Amino acid sequence: MRKLLISVLLYLVHLQVAAAPLTIQITEGAQGALPIAVVPFAWQGGGSGPSQDISEIIRADLARSGLFRPMPVRDMLARPKDGKEVSFKDWRVLRMENLVVGQVLPNRGGGYLVRFQLFDVFKQEQLAGYNVPTNERDLRATAHHIADIIYEKITGKRGAFSTKVAYVTSTNTGGGRQNVVLQVADADGHNPQTIVTSSEPLMSPSWSPDGRKLAYVSFEGKKASIYVQGVYTGKRQKVASYRGINGAPSWSPDGKRLALTLSKDGNPDIYVLDLQRRSLLRLTKHYGIDTEPAWSPDGRHVVFTSARGGQPQIYRVPSFGGKVQRVTYKGKYNARASYSPDGKSMVMVNRKGGAFRVALLDLKTKSMRILSDGRLDESPSFAPNGGMVIYATKVRGKGELAAVSVDGNVKQRLALQAGDVREPAWSPFSRSNQRN
Amino acid sequence: MKLKMVKLIPVLATVITLAGCAGGPFGGDKVEEEGAPIAEAGTAGAMESGAWSGNPLDDPNSLLSTRVIYFGYDISEIQADYQDVVAAHGSYLAANPEVRVTVEGHADERGSREYNIALGERRANAVKRLLLAQGASERQVTTISYGEERPADIASSETSWASNRRVELAY
Repeated sequence: MRKLLISVLLYLVHLQVAAAPLTIQITEGAQGALPIAVVPFAWQGGGSGPSQDISEIIRADLARSGLFRPMPVRDMLARPKDGKEVSFKDWRVLRMENLVVGQVLPNRGGGYLVRFQLFDVFKQEQLAGYNVPTNERDLRATAHHIADIIYEKITGKRGAFSTKVAYVTSTNTGGGRQNVVLQVADADGHNPQTIVTSSEPLMSPSWSPDGRKLAYVSFEGKKASIYVQGVYTGKRQKVASYRGINGAPSWSPDGKRLALTLSKDGNPDIYVLDLQRRSLLRLTKHYGIDTEPAWSPDGRHVVFTSARGGQPQIYRVPSFGGKVQRVTYKGKYNARASYSPDGKSMVMVNRKGGAFRVALLDLKTKSMRILSDGRLDESPSFAPNGGMVIYATKVRGKGELAAVSVDGNVKQRLALQAGDVREPAWSPFSRSNQRN
Repeated sequence: MKLKMVKLIPVLATVITLAGCAGGPFGGDKVEEEGAPIAEAGTAGAMESGAWSGNPLDDPNSLLSTRVIYFGYDISEIQADYQDVVAAHGSYLAANPEVRVTVEGHADERGSREYNIALGERRANAVKRLLLAQGASERQVTTISYGEERPADIASSETSWASNRRVELAY
């Protein structure tokens, strides 16, 4: 059952970076989402206080996950800022299962202290309570961090609101020229930052497991090469620039190796590059196209797209070399697979008729479910908690990003105001929630 | 040596004029670069009437004026109607060993991006093989695949897809 429930547009008002933000629109919401009330966090100091409404960011995060249905602020009959002020009976009448109250206090050095409590309304029990020091710059990061705590306390799964998304944008600058940009933004599309700019194609961003580096393909100098770049340092290294294709980098779970596609030996085949030793291990040797490698979470296998059977299908090979096994049999076209973080399923691009869509394959039952509804959907990438998949789609001829919950119930569009946006890659969890 | 240079000037000037008329995107760009030194020298050649005297690459009646080869969906074999075109380029390269060409493979937007890079490379390699079979040498021919990253037509329709599944010969 899919039903249009919410249509929310978020605009970044206090934009401090030059790049245009992505706007997020929830196009389909889930039925059976948990009702939660996040009361606005009252500012306890003088002056105007923090520039961002922390509770608003938390509500938007929880709504985007599809698992929660935050109560609109205008429907709230009371606005307690502290557990002592809460009348649980009132919130029960409003059918709220959970309640978040909080306040923002002035802190040393012009900073803030965000104090919040999460309650189970029926048990009248506090599930979490924290004092979080922050400052003007980190307000959004703090709000995402609090949303992560709420999400984890209630669902038992780690929240992915503090993560990032890398993607490629392109704008035509006239005369057949393009401005191609690799960007990194918060998972809600805010705070976009440019990592690479080029007049030649940029492709296939892949995050290192610690979330601090990106591998990508750049065609600068009219030659495809693979680079590894520090996301926060901007420093980069060219790691593969062989004759022919240098493509589809994918980081191993231990962060020491890159699986990639090279055609230096005549045909596109899968190789593993040891980043320290700079040695290459060839995993496939076939005259057909082999490309788009992706690691299993345990690092033991690499899946890839191969046309060895005539049509593109997904195959897998042990990551230290060995026998190639076919994974997909359903459909005439399956490509660009990647494992879910728990290793139990895979997302891929599936063609049915003339439509290319994101499909989820359950590796145990072998059942395949179509998650997206566009005609040119591609580049699916799991959120690190496995709850959602972000992918690229085309809407009225324009490249956009979209996200869908793995149950297919919640759908969102992330649109850039100008130009095309494509090839999203959801970051892993970061080691800390502080910005670098 | 000096004599040779003088002889070349009218020929190049003719090429500029003709390329301007034809308005071809590939010939046009390239010839302008070649023409630059002439502008500095301030000379110009008169156009010879009647017989063709330009660079054979810009002869609209020559197979060499075709620099874009189109392919079927998910196909990297050169279609019959383009075999002669590619063969003519191969013979031209064989006869002019100082000439270099970049063979750029492209794909339409359907399907995954890296798969399309591989498909574009197969198309470029098919063209390269035929060029070599006609006597062109390895060092004259460079290949690169742009997959679906540089479409000739940005629309999403059968017609635009057909014009994007291509190999471009860039001299």
